[in-house]
Amino acid sequence: MKLYEGTLAIGLCWALAAGSACAVDAGQPVPQIELVGSTGAKKLSDLQGKVVYIDFWASWCGPCRQSFPWMNDMQRKYGANGLQIVGINLDAKRIDADQFLSQLPAQFALAFDAKGESAKKFGVKGMPTSVLIGKDGKVLLTHQGFRDEDRKALEDMLIAAMAAKAN
Amino acid sequence: MKKAISAACVLVLAGCSSLSPPQAWEKGNLAKPEMTMGSDTLDERFVQHIYSSKENASGGYGVGGGGCGCN
Repeated sequence: MKLYEGTLAIGLCWALAAGSACAVDAGQPVPQIELVGSTGAKKLSDLQGKVVYIDFWASWCGPCRQSFPWMNDMQRKYGANGLQIVGINLDAKRIDADQFLSQLPAQFALAFDAKGESAKKFGVKGMPTSVLIGKDGKVLLTHQGFRDEDRKALEDMLIAAMAAKAN
Repeated sequence: MKKAISAACVLVLAGCSSLSPPQAWEKGNLAKPEMTMGSDTLDERFVQHIYSSKENASGGYGVGGGGCGCN
């Protein structure tokens, strides 16, 4: 009786413990998501062949105020080289996102995911989270937060991704 | 009967670990300024520094402006 109860207890406790979503690791194929509310591509798979930089943002996220001008810059500089930045908004209320955008307009593609389905698939752990996807549709890197020191390193990664040959 | 009781006990013991904390993108309400301790910002930065240097403790002081995206 003791062994059975013991294993049952341990097993149940383990099963009940909050399971975290698996974060997307570098080298994995990118999860397929829909880009709702986007004026451009409707599905992430439509952007295959381009270097895609996905940024999960929200109006209440402080570092996003820094990252938007940088992303506008990057899209302007490298858009012609095959870079597509997609900002996926995770605000529960669309009006908050619109308010943010009226102050910091985005010159890159936007999608709106109030329920957070795409964030779950990508295993987003912090805000903002950005995911760089290569031309072959594989994740190159996942990055959390946005600080001044990150700008140069991220730009270098973008350049490297664009220089890589598509498979 | 005993099995039912033991199963119930296990559920109680598991406690709130069976409920998941809010996901990173669900913290919009937590990020509002009303949800912070509300004291002088410079003072808060000072206190945060003390906590992190003496206890390596972080967090609990507001979501969204952290810059590391981990809150």
